Amino acid sequence: MTRLPELAIDTTATFVVSTALATRDFQDVHHDRDAAVARGSRDIFLNILTTTGLVQRFVTDWAGPRALVRNVSVRLGVPCYAGDTLVFTGTAKPDGQDTVVDVVGKCSLGDHVTGTVRVSLP
Amino acid sequence: MTGSIEAEAARLRQLGESRPRPARDPVNEPMINNWTEALGDRNPVYPELAPPAMVQVWTMYGLNGVRDADDPLGAMTKVLDDAGFTSVVATNCEQTYHRYLKPGERLAVTTRLSDVVGPKRTALGEGWFVTTLSTWYVGDEPVAEMMFRVLKFAPPEPTGSVIRPLVNQDTEFFWAGTAERELRIQRCPDCRALRHPPGPFCPRCGSATPDYVVSPGRGEVFSYVVHHHPPVPGKRLPIVIALVELEEGVRMLGELLDVSPDDVRIGQPVTVDWSRVDSDLTLPVWRAVP
Repeated sequence: MTRLPELAIDTTATFVVSTALATRDFQDVHHDRDAAVARGSRDIFLNILTTTGLVQRFVTDWAGPRALVRNVSVRLGVPCYAGDTLVFTGTAKPDGQDTVVDVVGKCSLGDHVTGTVRVSLP
Repeated sequence: MTGSIEAEAARLRQLGESRPRPARDPVNEPMINNWTEALGDRNPVYPELAPPAMVQVWTMYGLNGVRDADDPLGAMTKVLDDAGFTSVVATNCEQTYHRYLKPGERLAVTTRLSDVVGPKRTALGEGWFVTTLSTWYVGDEPVAEMMFRVLKFAPPEPTGSVIRPLVNQDTEFFWAGTAERELRIQRCPDCRALRHPPGPFCPRCGSATPDYVVSPGRGEVFSYVVHHHPPVPGKRLPIVIALVELEEGVRMLGELLDVSPDDVRIGQPVTVDWSRVDSDLTLPVWRAVP
């Protein structure tokens, strides 16, 4: 088993908004703080397409450009609000021809995301 | 209601895959660059190839998008909205990529309903798990698949409402006391034994004519729990619930305020204070004696 280098992301309001728009997710809870609060959230929060993308980035940052991502499977936990820090940790182990990485992304409220990524390494 | 939700789910499942819905734009470098810039992804294979996790981005409905009539997630959402399960949260997403995409390729997506499971009690409220399966195609070639699960739930009552005590003829004197900020302990007028919680008969002599005394509300923590879950309306968890042994010898439950869960200790001296909920209800609470 190999431990991956940790990845810490400052999920500033700018980060939450720019990633929501880059993933073409225009739900107001990802860019409009008043709307998010009115719906019972503390602040705007990360959207799921970004969480999935960050899980993939965390693994390819470690695996390198020649790795092929085959599968990303995530289970969502607590929301990651603007102003928080999201820290990814993971361990990799071989699985047949592939490598499977168990990933956890934690923010101040707890586990924001847990999941696995399957990659083919060169 | 459960039956009609299940019937509608079965009908939508029968319909199978929705018609292919084309992406607005072909896979393209500017959108890839926006994505890698926003997410901070410096993998040098982009933008000559598209990040696999972008597959869903290409077919997002966009700012003014309207769901297709045969989109099963849209149809199921409407059924559950109408049944009062109006809130939504995504719980699972699993994407499988058969190959990487290149700029210029044109995607289309189809979606079918996999299953609808419920009603389930969850931390967020009662709800239904709705699972859809999507497939992305380039022409006739499937290039990626996704399992997507959301919880459609009925939001709990607005915060601020509280769980109210049951007031009956045995406990009425106690709650009349808290309204006047008096901590009343039931006493048997015959044998003078004190007792709490209140009841109709003296457990020592059987007398059925209870009286009470007013306590100054001093005591110490006899035991306690730290309540993390389930949610309590109007409370931010965790909270400390302390069983306090009063100087008079009876034990009484209440929330211990201003002491963090890590700092509570058995034997800690406390005194009563009052938490006014509304004009009908005041609760006794404990505060640490400095």
